[in-house]
Amino acid sequence: MSSTKTSPEQHQSNPVLSVASVSVEYATKEGSVKALRHVSFDIQPGEVFGLAGESGSGKSTLARAILRALDDNGSQTSGSIQYKGEDLQNLSPNALRSLRGSDIAFVPQEPAKALNPSIEVGEQIAETIREHQNLSESEVQSQTIEMLRQVNISDPDYCAESYPHELSGGMKQRVAFAIGLSCNPDLLILDEPTTGLDVTTEGKVLQMIDDLIEEFETSILFVTHNLGVLAEKADRVGILYAGEIMEIGATKDVFTNPSNPYTQGLLAAVPDIDRDVEIEAIPGEVPDLSAAPTGCVFADRCEFATEECHEGSIDLETVTPGHETRCRRLETVQSDPIQAELRDARTNYSGSKILEVTNLKKYYGQSSFVDRLFGSESPVKAVDGVSFDIHESETLGIVGESGCGKSTLARTLLQLLEPTAGEIRFRGESIDMIGSRTLPQLAASQSKMADFRKEVQVVFQDPESSLNPSNTVYETLERPLELFTDLTQEERENRIEEIIQQVDLGITYLDRHPHELSGGEKQRVAIARAFAGNPSLVILDEPVSALDVSVQASIINLLRELREEYGTSYLLISHNLGVINEICERVAVMYLGEFVEMGTTEEIFQPPYHPYTRALLTNIPTTEMDTADRRVYLEGDVPSARDPPVGCSFHSRCPQKIGDICECERPELEQAADSDTHTVACHLDEKEMMVPLAEDIEESDR
Amino acid sequence: MIPDNRLTKPTRTNRFYRLHRVADRLRWFTKNDKILYPSVVISVIMVVSVLGPYISPFDPTATHPTETYLAPNAKYLFGTDHIGRDLLSRVLIGGRSTLLLGVGSTALAMTFGVPIGLLAGIKGGYIDEAIMRVMDVIMSFPTLLLALILLTSLPSNVWTAMLAVGVVFIPKISRVVRSSTLEVKNEEYVEAARVRGESDGYIMFYEVLPNIIPPIAVESTIRVGYAIIIGASLSFLGLGAQPPAPDWGYMIAQSQNHIWQTPWFLIWPALFLGLTIFSFNVLGDGLRDELDPKVTGDQV
Repeated sequence: MSSTKTSPEQHQSNPVLSVASVSVEYATKEGSVKALRHVSFDIQPGEVFGLAGESGSGKSTLARAILRALDDNGSQTSGSIQYKGEDLQNLSPNALRSLRGSDIAFVPQEPAKALNPSIEVGEQIAETIREHQNLSESEVQSQTIEMLRQVNISDPDYCAESYPHELSGGMKQRVAFAIGLSCNPDLLILDEPTTGLDVTTEGKVLQMIDDLIEEFETSILFVTHNLGVLAEKADRVGILYAGEIMEIGATKDVFTNPSNPYTQGLLAAVPDIDRDVEIEAIPGEVPDLSAAPTGCVFADRCEFATEECHEGSIDLETVTPGHETRCRRLETVQSDPIQAELRDARTNYSGSKILEVTNLKKYYGQSSFVDRLFGSESPVKAVDGVSFDIHESETLGIVGESGCGKSTLARTLLQLLEPTAGEIRFRGESIDMIGSRTLPQLAASQSKMADFRKEVQVVFQDPESSLNPSNTVYETLERPLELFTDLTQEERENRIEEIIQQVDLGITYLDRHPHELSGGEKQRVAIARAFAGNPSLVILDEPVSALDVSVQASIINLLRELREEYGTSYLLISHNLGVINEICERVAVMYLGEFVEMGTTEEIFQPPYHPYTRALLTNIPTTEMDTADRRVYLEGDVPSARDPPVGCSFHSRCPQKIGDICECERPELEQAADSDTHTVACHLDEKEMMVPLAEDIEESDR
Repeated sequence: MIPDNRLTKPTRTNRFYRLHRVADRLRWFTKNDKILYPSVVISVIMVVSVLGPYISPFDPTATHPTETYLAPNAKYLFGTDHIGRDLLSRVLIGGRSTLLLGVGSTALAMTFGVPIGLLAGIKGGYIDEAIMRVMDVIMSFPTLLLALILLTSLPSNVWTAMLAVGVVFIPKISRVVRSSTLEVKNEEYVEAARVRGESDGYIMFYEVLPNIIPPIAVESTIRVGYAIIIGASLSFLGLGAQPPAPDWGYMIAQSQNHIWQTPWFLIWPALFLGLTIFSFNVLGDGLRDELDPKVTGDQV
C-alpha cells in the first residue's frame, strides 16, 4: 500500500495538474462525438490519482488531452488543463516538447508496441535522457543503468543491451516505466499499466510502482478499468462514465461508501474471491455520445432513476468533504445501496462422468525421425500429462497464467489439435482417431466423432473474431441446427427465436450482422450458437476476459442460467480466479502443462495451497479496503515449455522450495488430508502448505 | 434486455429489407469518385464495344482506296488508315476483343486461382507446399514470355490468347487468396465451424470465401488492367486477334509503319487502350480504399 496517503486538506494550494471543466470532441463522419464533458479534478504533489472507467468512458482521451496528443480529429472544446499553474493549451510546440518526457511522462498501455523493436532498450531510455538533460555520454549511460535498476530489473547491464523481443511482457512494462521516469518527472501518466499482464506479473509491477512512489515522489495519474488495482494504489479516485466524472473522492471513501449508482454497480459486478456474493450486472450499454445527453448520462441504466434524472444538467454533490458524486437521488442511493446477494452454496455433483481425460499430452514441433537422428530441438510440451473427469451438469475450471497450456488443452479436447498421447473418453467411449487403421474402424470412429461434435461445443475468448462477419445472427444460429437436428425450416426458426431470447437478445437481433453488435452482444450470440444444438458439454475458453466488468458479470450470470436450463457441463478456462470462483464447482490449477492442484472450489481457495495457487490468489487486486493479505511474489518468468525445469516444474520460482528434492523429483498429484477430492502436486507437507507465509519469506523473495 | 424488441416482427420477413440493402450498396458505389468515374468510363466502353456493329458508321473492314490517311473530318470522325478504313468504326469494335480478353482471362484465372488458393490456405502442410511450388514455377517465367510459349504451340486467336493470359494469372490470384485465407483461417468462427464438424469444403466456401471477397475484388480488378496490357502486347506481336478483325493492340502495331502519314492511326487506339487500363487501375485502387480498412486513413 502507498505510504503517502494525503488527506484532501493538504496541499490544497498548488496542484501539479489541474483539469478544469475539460470537454473533448471527436469529429467523425456521423457528427461530433462528445468524448469528455466538463471533467474537472486536481492532482496534488506526490498524490496518486486513479481514474477508473469502462471502455468508451473517455479515460484514454483524457490522458491524451493532458499530453496534448489527441488524434487529429479530436479537439478540446472547453476548459483548461494547467500544469503547475501553466495552461498547456497556450504552450508553444517547442515548450510542450520539452515538457513532455521531462516533466510529464507517459507509460503506455502496450509496452510491446511502444518500444521500438529494432533499438536496444538501453538506447531507448538513453535517448529520452539525452533529449531532456544536459549530461555527458558516460553520465547518460550510467543513468540508464540506474533507471533499469530502479524498476527492479535484476541484471540491468544485460537488459540494456537487449532488444524488446528478448524481454518478457513484465520486463517490457518495466522498461516503459524506466523511460517514463528517466528524467524524474513531476507527473507520471499511467494508461492501464498492468492490463494484459498475468496476475503474478501484475503484482510485481504494482509493487514496483509502490517503490517508485517512495523513491521519486512523483504525482501519478493512474488510468485503469481495474477497480482492485485502484483500491490498492490510489490516494484519490475519480469514476468516469460516458465522458463525465460520476464520483470523485478519497479512495477509502469511494470504495467503502460508494455514493453513485454507477460506482455501486461496478463494485457489485466485479467478481471478488474475498466476498462470497452473487455478482450483479449493470443492465444496458454506454450511451451513444454523438447526441448531447440531457440529464444524467447513467439514467438509462440506473435502477434508482426517476423522471427528474433525465432532465437538465446534474452537478456534483458533496457527500463528505472531498467526496463528491453526480447524482440527484443521493439519499436513496445511500440509504438503499445496490448490494450483492449472498451466493447459494455450491452443489457437489456426483452424476455420471461425461468426459474422462487420461494422461493427455500435446507436444508442438514433435521432431520427426530424421530430426531426432541429427539431434534437433526438443518439442514444446504445451500439455504434459493431465487427467481429469467432468461430471454431468458440473463446471470444472482450469486456471493458470498465459503460456501454461490452458488453450492448447481446450483445443486438444475439441480435437482441433491431435493429441500426442493420452486418451479422451466421452460418455465412456474413446474418441481417439489415431488408433483406427482399417476402414471399418475409421468409419466407426468417424460416427463417434460426429456424435462428439454434436455434444461438445465451444465459446471462445474474442467476441470480435468468434462470429463470421458475413453471416447474420440468424444464419449463424441456423447452421448448428441444420447439422445436428432434423428440425424443419419452421421448427428451426422457432428454436432460433427461443434461443436468442434465452441469451437476453430480442428477435430483432436475428437480422443483424456482427459489426452491428457490441462485444457483449456478440458473445451472447456465440453462446447461443454453442447452445443451439443442445450440447451436453460446452468448453468456455476465457469467455469473459475481453469484456468490460459490467458486461462480464451479465455473461457469467447468463452462463449460470443456461446451465440450470440445459443441465450442461462446462469446462471453463480462465486466468481470472474471480471468474472461476463465481461459477465453478471444481478447479484445476495448471502450470507449464501440468495440473499442480485440483479440488473443489472451496478447497482450492482455502489452505492447504500449492505454493503456485497461493501466489495466484494473493496477487489478485481486490476492492476490499481492509484485506491484509500478504502478496507472494514469484521470482522470474514462466520458464519455456520447450525446456521445463527438471523435478517439480515450479521449483525455479517457488518461494517455498525445500531443497534438492524439488529439483530432482517430480511430485505427483497426491490426495490432501482435508478431503478425498483435493489433490496437490507438491513435496511440502500439509502443514507447510497451511501456514501463512512469514514476513521473511516475502522479504527474501523480493 | 430490450423487451419491446421481442414484440416487433423480424425484418427478415419484410420484403423491403433486401431492397433497402441493394440501395445501400448503390449508395456505397457512388460515394467514392475513384469507384464512380472509372466505373462509368468502363461501362461506356463496354456498351459501345458490344453495340459497335450497330452504331459504327462504316463496316470496320471495308476499305476506301481513295480516302487513305485522312485526318478527322466530317465524314470520318476519327480519320482513316492506310487502306482507307474508318478509324472510328475500327476503334469502336476493336474494344471487343480487348475487353473480352481482359475480363475473360481474369475470370478464368479466378475460376481456378480462388479454389486453389483456398485449398492451399486451409489445408496447409504438404498440400500447401506442393500447390504453391507448382505456382512458383509458373510465376518464375516472365508473364509475356509464358503467354508467348503457350500461344506459339496453339492456333493464334483471341480465345487462345485469353487462355494463355488466364493460365499465367492463376498463380497470382491464388497467392492473394491463399494469404487472405491464412489471415482468416485462425479466426475463432472458423475454429467454431471445425468444432461443429464442418468439412473443409464448407469452411472454404462458406466461412472463409465470403470474408476475403474484398482483396479478391481488388486484385481481380487490377488484373483485368494487366490482362489488357498483355493482350494488347500479344496482338501487337500478331498473336492475338487476327486481321482484318479490328483490335487496339493490332492497330497500334500496324500504325507504326504509317506514323508519318497520319498520327491518328496510332492516337485513337492508344488513347482508348490507355483509358481502359487506367480506369481499371483506378477502380482497383478505389475498391481497395473502400473495402480494406487497413489502407484508409480517415476512419475514426
